[in-house]
Amino acid sequence: MKFSFSSEQEEFRSNLRRFLGERAPVKEVRRLMATEAAWERAAWRKLNTELGLTAVRIPEAYGGQGFGFGELGIVLEEMGRSLLCAPYFSTAVLATGAILNAGSEADKQALLPGIAAGDTVATLAWVEDDGRWDAAGTTLTATPRGDGYRLDGHKNFVLDGHTSDLIVVLARLPDSSGEAGLSLLVVAGEANGLTRRPLKAMDETRKLARLEFDGVDAKMLGEPGSAAGAFARTMTEAAVGLANEMAGVAERLREDSLAYAKMRMQFGRAIASFQSMKHKAADMLVDVELAKSAAYYAAAALDDGDDDVEAIASLAKSAASEACLQTAIHAIQIHGGIGFTWDNDTHLWFKRAKSSEVLLGDAHHHREFMMQRWAA
Amino acid sequence: MSEHTEESVRAEARAWLEANWSPDLGLVEWRNKLADSGWGVPSWPKEWYGRELPAALAPVVEEEFQRIGAIGVAKAGIRTLAAATILAHGTDLHKEKFLRRILTGEDTWCQLFSEPGSGSDVAGAVTRAEMRGNKWVVNGQKVWTTSAHHAHWGLLLARTDWDLTKHKGLSYFIIDMHQPGVKVQPLKQMNGHASFNQVFLTDAEVQPEFLVANVGDGWAVTTTTLMHERRGADGLRSWAMGSDRKGRAYDEERAEIATTMEPYKWYPQRAGRVDLILQRAKETNRLSDPVVRQEIAKLLVMSKAAEWTARRARAAQEQGRPQGPEGSLGKLVSSHVARAAARIHTQLSGADALLSGSDSPMGGTIAEILVSVPATSIAGGTDEIQRNIIAERVLKMPKEPSVDTDKPFRDVPRNTVS
Repeated sequence: MKFSFSSEQEEFRSNLRRFLGERAPVKEVRRLMATEAAWERAAWRKLNTELGLTAVRIPEAYGGQGFGFGELGIVLEEMGRSLLCAPYFSTAVLATGAILNAGSEADKQALLPGIAAGDTVATLAWVEDDGRWDAAGTTLTATPRGDGYRLDGHKNFVLDGHTSDLIVVLARLPDSSGEAGLSLLVVAGEANGLTRRPLKAMDETRKLARLEFDGVDAKMLGEPGSAAGAFARTMTEAAVGLANEMAGVAERLREDSLAYAKMRMQFGRAIASFQSMKHKAADMLVDVELAKSAAYYAAAALDDGDDDVEAIASLAKSAASEACLQTAIHAIQIHGGIGFTWDNDTHLWFKRAKSSEVLLGDAHHHREFMMQRWAA
Repeated sequence: MSEHTEESVRAEARAWLEANWSPDLGLVEWRNKLADSGWGVPSWPKEWYGRELPAALAPVVEEEFQRIGAIGVAKAGIRTLAAATILAHGTDLHKEKFLRRILTGEDTWCQLFSEPGSGSDVAGAVTRAEMRGNKWVVNGQKVWTTSAHHAHWGLLLARTDWDLTKHKGLSYFIIDMHQPGVKVQPLKQMNGHASFNQVFLTDAEVQPEFLVANVGDGWAVTTTTLMHERRGADGLRSWAMGSDRKGRAYDEERAEIATTMEPYKWYPQRAGRVDLILQRAKETNRLSDPVVRQEIAKLLVMSKAAEWTARRARAAQEQGRPQGPEGSLGKLVSSHVARAAARIHTQLSGADALLSGSDSPMGGTIAEILVSVPATSIAGGTDEIQRNIIAERVLKMPKEPSVDTDKPFRDVPRNTVS
């Protein structure tokens, strides 16, 4: 439902929150973010064996749980709240979406059960050095070779690109341009000719890599040259997913800074008793609740097959981008000097807010995208 | 207590309406039937025109009214607040004298709370009521009083004891507006309309039996009225739709709506007219301007998210769940939306924004938006007070240290009123 969660969904959320609270305390976030991968396979398996999280939106026919974006949104919101370090967005949102949207029946049968079982960590590589979030700038080429294709070119800003077992790559057929010729292919993370360089990411909880492809073996998903629609759909789903994750990030920042304001004494009173703090806190609540409403509505729009879902997804992403970062800025401010230190945890969520603001296109990008659909 | 089910209530209401409703009845005649039968206000007590149905079943009865096209009891304006307050705190005499004529719409009411010296701080009222002989005598000035010029009765908050603390020295009265001591003057607003009044009370009289609750209970009673005021806003909007059906009762209801809604005719402009933004952007050939597009998009994002937030709050209410924080934000958000819309209307209008009335775009509508929006963040609780309420009630932040509530009110610094 668009405006409220069912009691099953609420229960799912509270179980998840408890689980993540136990498995991903901030101490663990800090330990993992200092590593090159920021995730460990044993913990990733548990996420799947105990809660089946990567299987949430994979249909039962491919070993998944067959839930919708409502449930996926809950998972992402709770992961944003806990700042779980795991290749979840790359695997369960980006790669799973690309395979479901572009793959043939045989592709799905071959690829999705591994993801659903928690054996495969996967990602989607689509952005290149120019940093464009849409498909139009794609230069990496897929050239037929034997039964499959060879990929030549590069991809950049690839989430978990250096640690994924499987990489879905956006490429174009030789001598094609525009939307025609766009193709989605899969390559193995350890494939010959693939060079993966981890990037120094501002948000250390979300690792990025640059990939060089030099004649890398790849397998086509679906029909060659016809992936534009599937890719666009995947981006719509990703925007909705990220908006829900950001709702969780923003809510956590809001709650933590409110708790701090109630505890912090200055001038003989809790700073929360000052009107300047109250007004800021009220404004933060407005920002976060509006962003949540948009994120929930967008998830329901995906589940309901709403014709307007592209515009709604962009609406939700732009609302979340603004609200999440604004909340993070307020959160640092409310914490004062301590909030600017490395030892205080606020900056971890601030950086996630910042990276999410930019990832998939910032608020301006998505507002323009929305206007193209609503006011052409 | 007998068990009411949705089916039994629906069947009973339907049967009664089919037997009794006719559009050829006079409006008051029909509403008297509603009062006698209890179907007009089914959740009210049986002894006072109701049927004591659970509130959750009231919508079922409402649906039956709509199905057959029957008019309900008089719902708009301050009269509903008066009814709720009298039901909660009034004596049998109050209920006997006022409730029926509230339901039939024969009596109009107004609310005499705000004063020139106390806007956000309603409990700081300095209108004074003193017992002289066997009557209360009232002196002071009230302001922002909708419908005072045609009201029969007023809900009056006045100070009866200056030696007690601020909230304890207040009492609540029902005052007859048709008397020599009550003078009503329209209050012209910056947008040229005069939707409200100033009310001057000079030795105005109140019968002792028209005190509501006890002397000193004024603030508690006022809180009841204000609580219902916040709840009532939605009902008013749906009621004002009226209908175009034929029949004496419909004609009379249309006249009633026209009178009651007259003060509110600029309210859509006050809210910013988001609905006109895209149309105006096209008319002014500005839709291709990337800066304009961003501003419009920001507004649409905010207004859609606000709408969905209100729907979340309503869904929680309908499912009988405790409302989350989303239920307290609507008023503050509507101020943001209105301001953003006014800014864009200005941007789109360019030099035309300098004009007013028939020289202004859309026959004055645009100008009216620009000079009405400032009311949104003030009326019914300023944005600043809304933020305090959200912070203290929803977020449980500690109250400001108080300097005016623990000493005799006569020692509290306050505005001087002429």
